[in-house]
Amino acid sequence: MDNTITTSWPLLSVLVWLPLLGSAGVLLAGNQRPSMARWLALLVAAATLLLSLQLWLGFDSATAAMQFSEMKAWIPAFKVNYHLGVDGFSMPLILLTTIFGVIVIVAGWEVIKERVHQYMAAFLMLQAALTGVFAALDGMLFYVFFEAMLVPMFLLIGVWGGPNRVYAAVKFFLYTFLGSVFMLIGLIYLYLQSGTFEILSWHDLPLTMTQQKWIFLGMLAAFAVKIPMWPVHTWLPDAHVEAPTGGSIVLAAVMLKVGGYGFIRFSLPITPDASAMLDWVVIGLSLIAVVYIGFVALVQTDMKKLIAYSSITHMGFVTLGLFIAFSIYRGSPEGFGAAMGVEGAMMQMISHGFISGALFFVVGVLYDRMHTRDIADYGGVANTMPWFAMFAVLFFMANSGLPGTSGFVGEFMVILASFNASLWIAFFAAFTLIMGAAYNLWLVKRVFFGEVRNDNVARLTDINSREVLILTVLALAVLIIGLYPQPLLNVMHVSVEHLLQQITTTKII
Amino acid sequence: MKVETILLLIPLLPLAGALIAGLFRNQIGRAGSHWVTILGVGGSFVLSALILKMQVYDGMQSMNYSLYTWGISDSITFQVGFLIDHLTTLMMVVVSFVSLMVHIYTVGYMQDDPGYQRFFSYIALFTFSMLMLVMSNNFLQLFFGWEAVGLVSYLLIGFWFKRETAIFANMKAFMVNRVGDFGFLLGIAAIMMVFGTLDYAEVFAAAPSKVNETIAVFGTTEWSAITFICVGLFIGAMGKSAQAPLHVWLPDSMEGPTPISALIHAATMVTAGIFMVARMSPLFELSDAALSFVLIIGAFTALSMGLIGIVQNDIKRVIAYSTLSQLGYMTVALGASAYSAAIFHLMTHAFFKSLLFLAAGSVIIAMHHEQDMRNMGGVRRWMPITWITSVVGTLALIGFPFFSGFYSKDMIIEAVGEAHRFGSGFAYWAVLLGVLITAFYSFRLLYLVFHGKPRMDKHTQEHMHETPLVVTIPLILLAIPSVLIGYFTIEPVLFGGWLDDAIKVNEHHDVIAELSLHFHGATAMALHSVQTIPFWLMLGGFALATWIYMFKPSIADSMVKRFSGIYKLLMNKYYFDDFNNKVFARGFVRIGQSLWKRGDAGLIDGVAINGTAALIGKLGERVRLLQSGYLYQYAFAMIIGLIGLLGAWLLV
Repeated sequence: MDNTITTSWPLLSVLVWLPLLGSAGVLLAGNQRPSMARWLALLVAAATLLLSLQLWLGFDSATAAMQFSEMKAWIPAFKVNYHLGVDGFSMPLILLTTIFGVIVIVAGWEVIKERVHQYMAAFLMLQAALTGVFAALDGMLFYVFFEAMLVPMFLLIGVWGGPNRVYAAVKFFLYTFLGSVFMLIGLIYLYLQSGTFEILSWHDLPLTMTQQKWIFLGMLAAFAVKIPMWPVHTWLPDAHVEAPTGGSIVLAAVMLKVGGYGFIRFSLPITPDASAMLDWVVIGLSLIAVVYIGFVALVQTDMKKLIAYSSITHMGFVTLGLFIAFSIYRGSPEGFGAAMGVEGAMMQMISHGFISGALFFVVGVLYDRMHTRDIADYGGVANTMPWFAMFAVLFFMANSGLPGTSGFVGEFMVILASFNASLWIAFFAAFTLIMGAAYNLWLVKRVFFGEVRNDNVARLTDINSREVLILTVLALAVLIIGLYPQPLLNVMHVSVEHLLQQITTTKII
Repeated sequence: MKVETILLLIPLLPLAGALIAGLFRNQIGRAGSHWVTILGVGGSFVLSALILKMQVYDGMQSMNYSLYTWGISDSITFQVGFLIDHLTTLMMVVVSFVSLMVHIYTVGYMQDDPGYQRFFSYIALFTFSMLMLVMSNNFLQLFFGWEAVGLVSYLLIGFWFKRETAIFANMKAFMVNRVGDFGFLLGIAAIMMVFGTLDYAEVFAAAPSKVNETIAVFGTTEWSAITFICVGLFIGAMGKSAQAPLHVWLPDSMEGPTPISALIHAATMVTAGIFMVARMSPLFELSDAALSFVLIIGAFTALSMGLIGIVQNDIKRVIAYSTLSQLGYMTVALGASAYSAAIFHLMTHAFFKSLLFLAAGSVIIAMHHEQDMRNMGGVRRWMPITWITSVVGTLALIGFPFFSGFYSKDMIIEAVGEAHRFGSGFAYWAVLLGVLITAFYSFRLLYLVFHGKPRMDKHTQEHMHETPLVVTIPLILLAIPSVLIGYFTIEPVLFGGWLDDAIKVNEHHDVIAELSLHFHGATAMALHSVQTIPFWLMLGGFALATWIYMFKPSIADSMVKRFSGIYKLLMNKYYFDDFNNKVFARGFVRIGQSLWKRGDAGLIDGVAINGTAALIGKLGERVRLLQSGYLYQYAFAMIIGLIGLLGAWLLV
């Protein structure tokens, strides 16, 4: 089957290369002209965002085939192609990337005062790499982008980070890098088996159970670290704590989704039999993420760490939703609920993008004013920053899965889906209702409510128009997705069906 | 105007009011915020009344339609839509009317509060959420309304967010409700699995054919799916409608301003659970086990919470425990399959309980926000309207013949008497004994506040006067239905089949049909009541309270001494709070600490990561050397790589 629909206009390439060229331009602006660097970066990011809307408008949700495809030979000796394309999974994630491309630049606008050009350039580079990861249809190209996104993030943490930034940056780098080495071995093995780096060809490649198991584990190492899953999650809180606000926003909002996307693009369709055999591992780890990490989030004293841990529990729903399909199919061949699990996982990824991005921005707003993230240093912020408190309460409520916000959609769908597999899986997943409310509301109570706790809080000034703008955009996104998720669900249906067909077809001959 | 447009405006008008008052609070000012929300909620009430009129006089049929498709996944189409039958309309009218009264009253009550606009925004938002809940035609929207009212309740309990007690109470309320919602969500998940839809009508139509469906629990153990669903949903109702042991949040919710205690924590939101179970009657009727569970929980709540009300000294807390007890009565009615009696009591209770709360608020205003009844007394001489309306509310609450509460409560008691379900014997005694207790604590409150010698300080006493019209007019407007609504509606609502289009009862346990055989009109029922046990129990409670609090106050003290054990138990509210604090609140934090310190920091980072690092030993040294020059090198390599990539692509 030829999965390629070619367009006359290389939109995806533009989305990848425009930010990269832009970042070169921003670097050229130099350290002496920060304002020019900012405006140029904003211009590039905004142009990319506008162009990316064409992906949404021109997307055909009736087909699971790759769209906006581009294909050129890149390294013919190894049959490595420059192959880009999107389906119902990657298209929304690319949009998420381009939206946050603009948001982080505005978020760092006047906050970053040193090496502005490098900071802005790093984000544009990061955006290019992330778009590339989601668009790549060639295994090697994917790997290149996958590794490339580490560099700007490493720099962002290492240069603009907090006091312990070197430790965090190295930990972040080593974890992800070690994970991806196993993936690379898997990719090369697949190449040797199939003679191509085409991911779509790998989807149809017959593999024995033993082969599948090893490939599955290799991929799992990379994606489990990236998303992250317990017990390879400990790099995330450290990275978040040390990263500058913008770095945390992109890390949480977009970068973690690469892990979830990896499962969708690689593990599930390439090794469906191994995924079915080892699904209990992923489900078990997902439930640990929901319950165990929920408890850990509760006792955090650092706001960023708390949100980082809450990210891990939310990503637990992504892996749960993706892997619940197998046990649903084991129970009943018609597989009622399997699609809801996968779509719930996708919704959870997109929603978490907006909510966690907003929450890290919220912490950033406080940090810019108080230079502390310690919950104990706050108290009664609502007295001095009433408008800010309104936004913050909304986002923390969304983070605890309040219906009407996007945070509800994915969790609801995944819990409903997992009930079809097992009462107990749904039971432990639904535990998030209690834990989520506990850690979010307790933070809100300690930071925002109560009497003004100290002079520093008393001196706080409410959000400025730049901050209002960002928070409003994110709040609207969270509410619109929560009240009307159908347009988003609609673009993924056919791709989800296609994926379910792939995972229910054995590759063992 | 099309009916659909009217129905859409009913929830959207308060929402518009809430958004304007909340987001443009500085532009429209204080008066602007109360006008915009009062107009919104007032419009909502008028339109609800119009729908009621169309149903009663113009023979409007029930409507069930979708507004928009929220999402499609698998074979499920999640809709947002309305089911407008008689039950819905009744709730719409009650909710919008009480809400309107509370809005007007708030103009007086919150007069000097700096958060005036915010308050109006919240209560209008609440009205929207509650209307969405009752008008829903599916479980998704029900859950939306369910959690949305919980959110607004959270915001309003913590309205005075500087107070430590208020922000403790609001978090507690949300948490306890989330425990209930945990069950609720699992119930909804089970519905989706068993029925393959979340639409009410489809679920109800298919329900009888699913009686034998089961859900696998452990190995070969299977539970009846319908029972699982009903118990799950009811656990949600236990949170929202504050049934023991999930009742603990409601007394603390009194930290919120009094108008919302009347609106949310007495008249409307806390009855959402009752409404929901009545709405789900086609499901609950299929599970005797679930109904017995409902019956026993309700009976326990009705009795045990009334007893606590006797020993409370805070005026609002007495009414709060009374609310818990009355919610127990409604739950008992549900458990006895007397759903319409539960809804009937829900309606009368909404009027007289919000009246009692608002009257208490009126006293609190006059007392300069003093709530301890030991510092009141003799208030009636300064506040005649508040006093009379309080007496009306009290008579309705204790079930004095001809008053609204008489009809609804008596029907519940008789219905339980007719029921033959497991637990109905206990429930019958509980609700009978509850009558005595209700009369006792109600008159205790009335005497301590309005009668006897004034016990407030000189300063307060000199400034005592009746509250302004914005406060007293809602009291009067609520007093009227508190007296009359029962007399005039018992026949249609209970025996005229008004709710038959919503409530389905299996004929084998249709206790209301049994009762209808003995019903000969509202007047006859009231006159006949002197021959019934509840009437004399009520008089007994009244006599006891009068004797103790009007004539022999010393008895109260000696009783406290003689029964100090029981007194301590009641004062400590059966130790529910202590248990929750010690076991759950502290336990959870302790678990979190140990998982974090021992698990994440100790085992994973400590042993696994650092251990591996140590093992690698000298290799680690080298890695470290490599890292020192890392930044620069890697960035360089990266840029070279990208240029190479770009170049290769351009060349090919």
